[in-house]
Amino acid sequence: MLTDFSRILAFFIIGAVFVAGGLIVAWLLRPKRPYAEKLTSYECGEEPIGDSWIRFNIRFYVVALIFLVFDVEIVFLFPWALVFKQLGMFAFLEMMFFLAILMVGFAYVWAKGDLEWDKPRPEIPMVQRPAVTEASLRVEEHVPV
Amino acid sequence: MGLLDRQFQSSNVIITSLDNLLNWARLSSLYQMQFGLACCAIEMMATGASHYDFDRFGVMPRATPRQSDVMIVAGTVTLKMASRIKRLYDQMSEPRYVISMGSCSNCGGPYWEHGYHVLKGVDRVIPVDVYVPGCPPRPEALMEGVIKLQEKIRHESLAKKVA
Repeated sequence: MLTDFSRILAFFIIGAVFVAGGLIVAWLLRPKRPYAEKLTSYECGEEPIGDSWIRFNIRFYVVALIFLVFDVEIVFLFPWALVFKQLGMFAFLEMMFFLAILMVGFAYVWAKGDLEWDKPRPEIPMVQRPAVTEASLRVEEHVPV
Repeated sequence: MGLLDRQFQSSNVIITSLDNLLNWARLSSLYQMQFGLACCAIEMMATGASHYDFDRFGVMPRATPRQSDVMIVAGTVTLKMASRIKRLYDQMSEPRYVISMGSCSNCGGPYWEHGYHVLKGVDRVIPVDVYVPGCPPRPEALMEGVIKLQEKIRHESLAKKVA
């Protein structure tokens, strides 16, 4: 009899065979006639400029994170709204508490200024250097060889 | 060259059976390169919508030429667009087919004589499999064009063509 773990192993094997089978059959059957124009990156028919592996601005990361917060919020709100009448007041308070936690994160992002899309002007920190005096210059001049 | 593609001099029972399967698969899922050029594109959209339901022929719009099999050139091909269409056709992966939809892309249409900016037929830049006449063609006409293309694909073979 199969144990639970061997069932998982069977799933892995079937999955691997399925993927490999598809790739092998496609490799057998597909026409392969590459040329330079076909291999260019797709930019809606325009002449492609540069590589397709470009770097995105790091600020998209914050926007994606905030989107994720609200995305998950909606995912929880829909089933909550469906059974809201049966659950009553407790569910309402519970959801308000959940929303409040998310709002704290949102307020933090807002206060921190991550929602401003304008290019931030970084403040260049002042570096404390030892003052250049006549004495310090004289020391550098007379370095023993 | 693929391993089996155009590798056989003559066909036998195995190759023809494989041909049948392969052609059936290809003609049943003709993914369409999603772009429209002029008023014919409106008819193409109507064909894709629920009333005419292009999806029952397996024709679905795809957002990239890498995933599409058929390019429906729906509308007036201006000279500016012609180079783009050429590039898009080049970027499609084989097997690839082209349906020229409407008079403009067939032969220049109403711009055939004095249209200084219109390509006189899209077959001057890319090979066309099926021409659909009309100005613009009704959705039924476009569907017939797709059926004609399916008939064409049904008779393709892995064997080399005899000249």
